[in-house]
Amino acid sequence: MSAGFHKSLMRRLADRAGLWFCIFVLVSPAIFFFLWMISLSLKTEIDNIEWPPIFIPPAPTLANFVQVFAENNFGKYLLNSILVTGGATLAGLMLGIPAGYGLAKMKATKLAGVIMIARMTPALSFLIPLFIAFQWLGLINSIWALVITHLVITVPIIVWVMMGTFEGLPQDLEDAALIDGATLWQSFRLIAVPLARPGIVVATILSFIFSWNNFVFGVVLGGKETRTLPVAVYNVLTFEQLAWGPLAAAAMLVMAPVLIVTIIAQRQIVVGLTAGGLKD
Amino acid sequence: MSIAAPGVERNYWPFVLPALIVVLGVIVFPWVFTLFMSVHDWNVSGAVTFVGFENFRQLFTDARFYESVLHTLYFTVLAVVLPVGIGLAAALVFHREFKGRGILRGIFIMPMMATPVAVALVWTMMFHPQLGVLNYLLGLVGLPPSTWVYNTKTVIPTLVIVEVWHWTPLVMLIVLGGLANLPTEPYEAAEIDGASSFQKFRHITFPLILPNLMIALILRTIDALKAFDTIYVITQGGPGTASETMNIFLYLQAFAYFKLGYASAVVVIFFTLVIALSLLLLHVRQKTKWNA
Repeated sequence: MSAGFHKSLMRRLADRAGLWFCIFVLVSPAIFFFLWMISLSLKTEIDNIEWPPIFIPPAPTLANFVQVFAENNFGKYLLNSILVTGGATLAGLMLGIPAGYGLAKMKATKLAGVIMIARMTPALSFLIPLFIAFQWLGLINSIWALVITHLVITVPIIVWVMMGTFEGLPQDLEDAALIDGATLWQSFRLIAVPLARPGIVVATILSFIFSWNNFVFGVVLGGKETRTLPVAVYNVLTFEQLAWGPLAAAAMLVMAPVLIVTIIAQRQIVVGLTAGGLKD
Repeated sequence: MSIAAPGVERNYWPFVLPALIVVLGVIVFPWVFTLFMSVHDWNVSGAVTFVGFENFRQLFTDARFYESVLHTLYFTVLAVVLPVGIGLAAALVFHREFKGRGILRGIFIMPMMATPVAVALVWTMMFHPQLGVLNYLLGLVGLPPSTWVYNTKTVIPTLVIVEVWHWTPLVMLIVLGGLANLPTEPYEAAEIDGASSFQKFRHITFPLILPNLMIALILRTIDALKAFDTIYVITQGGPGTASETMNIFLYLQAFAYFKLGYASAVVVIFFTLVIALSLLLLHVRQKTKWNA
């Protein structure tokens, strides 16, 4: 027995070691990237351009974060980002939840396909006409232009996730209510929506993340006053080429909300993305 | 199809209509308008003249455009093949059971959630030829330093590294979705027949997750074609025009040189390509639904 037993044990151990080696190779680039960003943001400029590079900040400081807020008007851009993402997500939910419901009930896969294609086409393809339209309407440099444009991101994601959610709900509860004389709106509002709450959470999270991360709409349509955070961070890069500490601090500030949401809602995001195969 | 309750007219259009109007306004209108613009000479000052297919003709003789198409192809091939390969391997790993799987999977998918501009910024600092941490790491394992994005030869592969880091998790998630739905019976049968792990993968797992892999492949292709944020922030198409992809070319024509009509012609070509790929995706998706 011992030889065979020994052999299979060795094989199991080798298999385990191989697995952990793979896990290490897969996650270390992500871990390294985020730790390095944190390290840069907490070090002084002198430590940041030291060679060989210093990994653990010898004297951690928050000065870079203070500087970013003091010199770059970050508070204002943060507010802009919150308004744009919040507005576009809220409007997206108000439009997208009923639309997802209607499309699921009508089994309108063709129409849903059009919405799917909207998610596929490059953002730049909407931008030139929208840029001209907003010029005509005098909305360039207005936060409204950005909120409206971000609907291009939020509406398709929300419709897609909600359609999948409503398709998966049982129909009999609603049928019973309709026979008892409920209107379609009541059936939607009082039965379907409460049941679809997990889907609504997923749709909200994804819509928030992709709208928050968007750069190109802000760079074209945003003026000095309506800059969103990603655009503001990009400007920090162009003006302070070698100020690594403030750059890393700015990068961290932009990413912080989405990374926190990702950590808290990891499970929902995995479910939402695997089901829809969606991203901005 | 559920049977309508007696006396209740089920009209779901009012639910869809508001979203449909918005989609028509912000998505379909721009598409149609772009077609219109692509046959005009359109300056930002507002001067508009009809030029027919002149923009397209000019485009097909524009060496810079051709170059951008080649860059796009080069970038896209690498930025599709690598993430799909690594993503498949990652999905197989994260499908297995081990301690801390949830947390490690969470860490692995964090890059795809991170704001592209911020990602690009941090990579830019890491690529610094003299002070960048990546050259230090290369030195540690005995490799010569690289010029990363500061050299016309290495710039596109370097941008691909960023893209792979950023988007492999999405491929992993899509494949993982397929692995989660695998039936157990074929594996039990194979176990009895004494099949090796590789044989099981080759003859059972692989064919069953093929639809997911196809979806990942097409999505990656579309997204690689669309790649803009990281390239624009890291190189703006440089050095020179060495990393100018179609998307960057289009952006510069439209918003740096304000040749809006010319840029619209690029959009139309680009668009045709993406729509074709999207239709292919919908087709694959539908097929997988029938099989399920």
